[in-house]
Amino acid sequence: MTTAFDADQVAKIALEVVAEHDPKQVPLPEFLGACYDAGLAWVHFPEGLGGLGTSRGLQAVADDILQGAGGPVPLGLNPMGYGMAAPTVREHAQTDEIKKFFLRPLATTEDIWCQLFSEPGAGSDLAGLATSAVLDGDDWVINGQKVWTSLAHKARWGLLLARTDVDTPKHKGLTYFILDMHAPGVETRPLRQMTGQAEFNEVYITDARIPDSHRLGAVGDGWRVAMTTLMNERSALGASGSRRGAGTISEAVQLWASRPDLHTPVLRDRLTTLWLRAEAQRLTSERSRASATAGGPGPEGSIGKMVGAELNQRIYEFCMDLLGPEGILYHGYAMHGTHRDGDWRGPIQQRYLRSRANTIEGGTSEVMRNILGERVLGLPGDLRADAGMPWKDVPRG
Amino acid sequence: MAEFSFTTEQQELRAAVRKFCADNFDEPTVRTLMESDVTYDPAVWLRLGSELGVLGMSVPEADGGVGGSLVDQAVAVEEFGAALGCGPLFGTVYLAIPALVACGSGPTRDELLAALVEGERTAAFAVNDSAGGFDPNVTITAAGSGDAAVLTGTAARVVDATAADVILVAAKGSDGVSLYAVDAAAVRRTPLVTMDLTRPQADVIFSDSPARLLAGPADAERVITHALQVGAALLAVEAVGAAQHMLDLSVEYSKSRLQFGRHIGSFQAIKHRLADMLVDLEHARSTAYHAVWALTDGTDDPELAVSIAQAVCSAAFSRIAADSIQVHGGIGFTWEHQAHLYFKRAATDAALLGSAESRRARVAELVLDSATVDEPPPVAVGIA
Repeated sequence: MTTAFDADQVAKIALEVVAEHDPKQVPLPEFLGACYDAGLAWVHFPEGLGGLGTSRGLQAVADDILQGAGGPVPLGLNPMGYGMAAPTVREHAQTDEIKKFFLRPLATTEDIWCQLFSEPGAGSDLAGLATSAVLDGDDWVINGQKVWTSLAHKARWGLLLARTDVDTPKHKGLTYFILDMHAPGVETRPLRQMTGQAEFNEVYITDARIPDSHRLGAVGDGWRVAMTTLMNERSALGASGSRRGAGTISEAVQLWASRPDLHTPVLRDRLTTLWLRAEAQRLTSERSRASATAGGPGPEGSIGKMVGAELNQRIYEFCMDLLGPEGILYHGYAMHGTHRDGDWRGPIQQRYLRSRANTIEGGTSEVMRNILGERVLGLPGDLRADAGMPWKDVPRG
Repeated sequence: MAEFSFTTEQQELRAAVRKFCADNFDEPTVRTLMESDVTYDPAVWLRLGSELGVLGMSVPEADGGVGGSLVDQAVAVEEFGAALGCGPLFGTVYLAIPALVACGSGPTRDELLAALVEGERTAAFAVNDSAGGFDPNVTITAAGSGDAAVLTGTAARVVDATAADVILVAAKGSDGVSLYAVDAAAVRRTPLVTMDLTRPQADVIFSDSPARLLAGPADAERVITHALQVGAALLAVEAVGAAQHMLDLSVEYSKSRLQFGRHIGSFQAIKHRLADMLVDLEHARSTAYHAVWALTDGTDDPELAVSIAQAVCSAAFSRIAADSIQVHGGIGFTWEHQAHLYFKRAATDAALLGSAESRRARVAELVLDSATVDEPPPVAVGIA
């Protein structure tokens, strides 16, 4: 196939999929498997790997039809899988067989994925991480602790960044792996957060083994591979709804409209300012999509991530200020049994508390501003106390 | 012509206008013109119209234009904004030409529109607005009818009136508000000292001044509203161009200025401020061009789209201009540095055709006051 699929062809394929595998009738894995086999999971991926080798802008054409027929939003079902693992596996796995082995069950959501990057000692300075990987025959032996791992308790596979060389500067000693979350030596514990819930986990890894074939990219090239993941994460986190007024701002407008007894001119202007910020970001996402190429997300995704995170906080702060004394009640801090997922549809007070994480998770707003300054505006990097220093000599704590 | 997609021709147009501005609106030229009695160069203006054809790009070919779109016009205006291009852009390009396009064809209108598009004549728009919208409270009075009308009254603070050959003016007659064209020779003009010297104003005094009818009471409100909407969209685009120039300048400075033995752009205090300026600029650009597209293909309510653009762009340009001075430190406060020219333009643009606050108020009316309750979020009431 030398000519790229156009919008009409993508639409035709999508219509065939929903005709033969009605998402309202067939089991979810069958429907998503059919989407994968038809090349609609990620249209910009190569044919045979869940894609059609065409422009990623055409994904919206397929999604409109698939979701319009009652299909799910796959990113919501397997967020780390669809948003981060898929592009990283596609780009860096060692063979097409390995790519297929991982991608199809990822696409059907039979295999949930998680991301094992952050550590107690490595947050914004991710490249300083300490989890070690040591080669033993054809396997790598992993030891360390990861944190803030959402979905680890459900995941079959984890994207793991580990240190394979302690004698080089920090970025150069990293290697990227896929960890079997069911492997011996992998222990997942819930991590309770300020909302009272536990949507994240700590993962303790003790002598867990990974076959070398599950390494992504070259030994020592893990940082570059991780950039694929992070750029896609920020782009996914920053993607806002394409409909005017959708997303978090709709919650504030709905709360406003439902409580005319609480209206004041000052709050009205504040909400308008927030609405305008949300609208400006929505239009910027649209503009970014219009100029996007098949090349993948660029640093401008950092704008959406940063603005979205800060806007979420300001919107929920507005909601709290609107509610006044009513807002300082809660629905309880019980752990809700074994249900450890973040409940995004929880009461507004919980969303308010949850939004504090928005400017930390997936890259702090401070890191985002560094990225915008350095990669988009071309400003010089900050002075680094650990520049050129072997990782083992860098002060930590 | 999908929204936010610029054609190759539009990219070439941008490059051509940018080069023209570099050749004709370099900083020394802008400074010389802004402090002279005639604040623009009529010969350069004529070239903008007749050579480059960028003064009336969305005027239909039947009316003597090039038959382009408002997007084309916006691309050119963005570059004028970046250079602070000298001339009666606000009065002629943003307001008078769109008003004339919206008027019905007739000898007065056709002849004037063609001359404005060619750059042979210039115009000012002496029509008060109310928060950027049509203002029915017109104080200038018209006596007589049609082309025999004479106007009396004062239009205060008319932008570009000093440079205008023709004044477009709203006046109230016995049958309502109409839009007229009055030759500048038939009015008295009192030039005013403006904070932004590149955007001059004058009070215009009409005293039994002979006027020619452009739009009668049945059409005047529609024509004026259209002109104000197009003008506000182009003013927003101008702000984007100027703000981009300020950000570029600030980034370059922070890459070259050394303090504490480091480029100041390596300090996060500077870097993060510049990142915030970038975000505001990109937001402004998106809303300004969305308004332009809404006026071009009707994909959005023009009043809402223009109000969004004005609210966002006025605030963004003001902040970026102010932050640029801060990033530059002491040199940014000097007369010799160009930052103040843009800071003053930002203050001017923010006040013209509706302030950010008045535009926000309009957005609130259009968006919040009409919101219906569909699915309010749950609120915890203290019961576990």
